[in-house]
Amino acid sequence: MCVAIPGKVIHIEGGDASVDFSGNVVKAKAGLVNVQPGDFVLVHAGCIIQKVSAGEADEMKELMEELESLQS
Amino acid sequence: MNLEEIKKYLAEYDGPQMRIMEVCGSHTAAIAKNGIPEMLSPKISLVSGPGCPVCVTPSAYVDRLIKLALTPGTTVVTFGDLIRVPGSEKSLGAAKGEGASVRMVYSPMDVLAMAEAERDREFVFAAVGFETTAPVYALLLEELLERKITNVRLLTAIKTMPAVIDALCAGGAPVDGFIAPGHVSVITGSEAFRPLAERYGIPFGVAGFKGGEILSAIYGIVRSRGKGVVMNLYPSVVTAKGNEAAQAKVSRFFEPADVVWRGLGCVSGSGLVLRPAYARFDAGSRGLNEDRKSNKACRCAEVLTGRIRPTDCPLYGRACTPLKPQGACMVSSEGSCATWYSVGRGL
Repeated sequence: MCVAIPGKVIHIEGGDASVDFSGNVVKAKAGLVNVQPGDFVLVHAGCIIQKVSAGEADEMKELMEELESLQS
Repeated sequence: MNLEEIKKYLAEYDGPQMRIMEVCGSHTAAIAKNGIPEMLSPKISLVSGPGCPVCVTPSAYVDRLIKLALTPGTTVVTFGDLIRVPGSEKSLGAAKGEGASVRMVYSPMDVLAMAEAERDREFVFAAVGFETTAPVYALLLEELLERKITNVRLLTAIKTMPAVIDALCAGGAPVDGFIAPGHVSVITGSEAFRPLAERYGIPFGVAGFKGGEILSAIYGIVRSRGKGVVMNLYPSVVTAKGNEAAQAKVSRFFEPADVVWRGLGCVSGSGLVLRPAYARFDAGSRGLNEDRKSNKACRCAEVLTGRIRPTDCPLYGRACTPLKPQGACMVSSEGSCATWYSVGRGL
């Protein structure tokens, strides 16, 4: 139900965005987050719910750093 | 610290028993798909919580949808996984076979075009979900107002996570840590779980949905045993405060209410209902509390609250399979039993 997947905004017009999921382009509503073409976003039930802020490599690095602080 | 070290730690863990609950159905599915339970030491057990909104909805809600769908001139519009959930006698899908008007969509926004194309038809959207989906319903309501569409109403069964986790902990559920829901947290913010972590002295790890992210969250929770901390381990999309614009839109249209969860009964303040000012968009959502099993031997209620595992239910894999589900936990793609069955656990 809370399934949401990340894609890239390729076009935005008013409250409607076109989001590219690895070649599959889907329409999504953009009323909950301010987005620009080129942004990576999380889409749930036809609506963009958040921007994805970091690349995958950065994210794992941040995660590991957070977990390392638990060692102490 | 790297993923290999985390896997080794979790496989070899020999400390005090850790029972970790994942409250989100999408996490249950990701955990099964990635084979995570098999990677963990026997001292770490994962138990599923009531994080499947379809599974925790009482049968009275499905019965009402069927009644609406059988009303001439009315069409029920719904997400796919609600169609096969049994009410007290039958599912929406079975009712469709008897002439009920039911349409399946991927997004609630799809009902707008239907309503404008068929002005003489009444549409009722089966508005089920958690905090992740509530903003989508708020956007839908904004569009209904903007486009002056008057033939769409919602039958709501929207529930919220912190209140139900509170009820589980207050009820003495033997849980040592929570994998906090990832996409609910995108909307609410990770700080929504801090009062619970501190009240009960239990760690919460907000996790993503990839195998490495979930293992990292389990690691963080095990290392924080006994501490009332909240760890945001999904920082690419979850922030401390969440999506405040989405929260504001939800508050405009919805207010908290006491609602019934299958397996838990009435949980104070754990639901969202349309505010009286927007009652004209409500298809009669309040008071749909009765829950009757269509199969008396069904033990979904106990699976949903982590009291038993799917394999402890006598129907699992025998009378109850994805092809002929007896209860919601086997029907919904996010239900624990469907997830276990899909990877062959206990079969």
